[in-house]
Amino acid sequence: MRNLPVWIIAALLIAAGLSLTAYKARSLGLPLTPSTEAAVWTVEARAAFRARGGPVKATLLIPGQPPGFEQLDEDFISSGFGVSQEDSGLNRAALWAIRRANGTQALYYRVTVYESETRPATHTDPFPGYPQVPAYGESTQAAVNALLEEVRSESADIVTFARALIERMNREGSNPSVDSLRSGSNSPGAWAQWLVDVLAGARIPARVIWGLPLVDGTRDASLVPYIEVHNEQRWIPMSPLTGKTGLPDDFLVWRVGNDPLLAVDGGAQPDVRFSVARSQREIVSIARDRARNHGSLLLDYSLFALPVQTQNVYKVLLTVPLGAFLVVLLRNVVGVKTFGTFMPILIALAFRETKLLWGIILFSLIVALGLGLRFALERLKLLLVPRLASVLIIVIFLMLLVSLISHQLGMEKGLSIALFPMVILAMTIERMSLVWEEHGAGEATLQGCGSLLVAAAGFLVMSNPTLTHLVFVFPELLLVLLGGCLILGRYTGYRLSEFWRFRAVIAGKQL
Amino acid sequence: MRWPGTILREAGILSMNQRNADFIMHHNARRLYPLVDDKLQTKALAQKAGIAVPELYGVVRTEHAIRELADTLGDKTSFVVKPAHGSGGNGILVVKDRRARGYIKASGSMMSDSELGHHISNILSGMFSLGGMPDQAMIEYCVQFDPIFENVAFQGVPDIRTIVFRGVPVASMVRLPTRSSDGKANLHQGAVGAGIELTSGITQDGVCQNARVSSHPDTGAPLAGIGIPGWDTLLLLAARCYDLARLGYLGVDVVLDRHHGPLVLELNARPGLSIQLANRRGLLPVLRAIEQQKTIPDTAEDRVALGLDLLARHTPA
Repeated sequence: MRNLPVWIIAALLIAAGLSLTAYKARSLGLPLTPSTEAAVWTVEARAAFRARGGPVKATLLIPGQPPGFEQLDEDFISSGFGVSQEDSGLNRAALWAIRRANGTQALYYRVTVYESETRPATHTDPFPGYPQVPAYGESTQAAVNALLEEVRSESADIVTFARALIERMNREGSNPSVDSLRSGSNSPGAWAQWLVDVLAGARIPARVIWGLPLVDGTRDASLVPYIEVHNEQRWIPMSPLTGKTGLPDDFLVWRVGNDPLLAVDGGAQPDVRFSVARSQREIVSIARDRARNHGSLLLDYSLFALPVQTQNVYKVLLTVPLGAFLVVLLRNVVGVKTFGTFMPILIALAFRETKLLWGIILFSLIVALGLGLRFALERLKLLLVPRLASVLIIVIFLMLLVSLISHQLGMEKGLSIALFPMVILAMTIERMSLVWEEHGAGEATLQGCGSLLVAAAGFLVMSNPTLTHLVFVFPELLLVLLGGCLILGRYTGYRLSEFWRFRAVIAGKQL
Repeated sequence: MRWPGTILREAGILSMNQRNADFIMHHNARRLYPLVDDKLQTKALAQKAGIAVPELYGVVRTEHAIRELADTLGDKTSFVVKPAHGSGGNGILVVKDRRARGYIKASGSMMSDSELGHHISNILSGMFSLGGMPDQAMIEYCVQFDPIFENVAFQGVPDIRTIVFRGVPVASMVRLPTRSSDGKANLHQGAVGAGIELTSGITQDGVCQNARVSSHPDTGAPLAGIGIPGWDTLLLLAARCYDLARLGYLGVDVVLDRHHGPLVLELNARPGLSIQLANRRGLLPVLRAIEQQKTIPDTAEDRVALGLDLLARHTPA
């Protein structure tokens, strides 16, 4: 097995390239398609209180692992306060402390989040156990029992039970005993807690959660209560007003339970206000922030760490291997004849600016004109290098001429001819004229058309948005291309063009 | 409709990719290439080994030396100008006669002194050489080819190409210039290739521009049935050429000269594939058979015998 080492190396390269790509796509959330923008929310909590002049300790609950959201960045802004964090499992808290403070104090907590499909959509903390039936008081007890009895007969499981209960509790005037239960809860928070208490009467574990509806431009907002019911498998969020399951869209869960949002030791009148702003950001830059949050160095050593100008250069350069691979395929598997091995790729790069149709027109025009003048030069019997230089100068003159004429005619596309690689054009003209003289016009035209065909195909591949995006965001995919090139490097089968070459054998079916 | 690749595979046709990957790369060491790519070196090696080659009249190495061409030529009236590092027959100029005002090319057209000088200058600047490197121009004896191919050659010099694998000749064809090949014997330039039956040395039908032909397109004479004189010596000569450069996969080009007999024109480290069409026979079976031989005989005679034996055994039914 002569090819075994090649196969092994190629398999390793391809596996390395693909697995690194998969890791970056799945764990770091880099996008596989060029749709590049996602909504990013910046939420700011302003915690204000009046300090009494002595030492102050303020505890603000902040989001831990909000379901459905990924945290990109957070900031604690306060003057003179020391900041620390505490994580109780369900909630996270920011602790601000200062030796002396007087008057109104404002502390800011800012967090940047974006909706992430890879994050769980609900809380994942474990089953808390069945709650004790609370002591409701005698008259309430009877009403609760009646209600629970009624709902139980209409439901199948915990979720439908809870849902039916919430619906019934919210329906006004249907049942006097329910109406009696409705009174007494005058705030949304108290209402949600009351629902949790009633559910506890049926020994269903439930809790209040507080979240922030994300609406762009919101100011002075406060948290909205929601409830969560555990169905012995997972937490199911429910609206305390309709019983509808699932969190509303763009709802950032801020804290779990009824611990005070802001507790101040040595101060009074705690008050928390929220403001929300939405912005569009490139998914790639989101992934970069996220990777930094997760402590991954991978993206620090990626192309995104480079200055934008250099990035743009690599955006083009990284497409060249795609073109080169295409040339390998077209030459060794199809058998297209071209002038020079990678000349078509350079032409294809020039097509990026001129676009395909104009690229082909301008290229053919310059080569045809140059070829004509080259044949005129042939009569002068010039030495090779001076002749090549002459052709080069003529090519530049022709390019200038085409630009000027097309500008006069108002065809701005003609100006982009200046981006053609003139040395390549001059060499193409020289080689084409040699082939023309030695192998005839047919062969020269064949190779010219072959070059143009490969250049056009190369342009289509190298300007494909998905492919260019992939090689730029996942440059390790070049390892896959390298592996492919190694495999094709040991391809000993027939080229498609050899089916034509040996057509006599195929048609004769015998030798 | 069967997949064409399967048909070719069954016919044992060697493909370009396979020639490069399995035979040239494995049997032709890169460092040996200069020996055959530089025709001056090949000629020197051949002369040392006592293999007959066309006489070298002179070498033009500098632009300056072009002016001394007349001295180099002396009283020779016919000669061939070749780039020492040429490939595919490019840059070869055959001068049949000299007149006071210029030269007469093989095609019959005239060429002035300065035109010849320009051609040599192009050779020196590397226009025809592999990779465009500066080159040298060889001026050598113009072969007076044996009249045996008179009817099937249109101008130019017909030559006999033999593929020699590990020193064993495996296939031969005679390459006949045509009007469209401009006197050159290269098949991709339009020359006719007629297969040669390796045991008898008798020509068969041929191929031209990858299509089968049974007569010469210009002269109309049938290609088959020409017995090549001294065929055994010729095969032996081809086999001996392996010892010059030790290239495993080698093309040997021999011309039959009227006065000097078979002369080795050049060796080729990348011989083409059309010989399979000319012989109506794929190379692959016999190449594989030779590859499986544990030892290859040392003497050229034994290698020729081995080749004929293997060919007979691997003849398709």
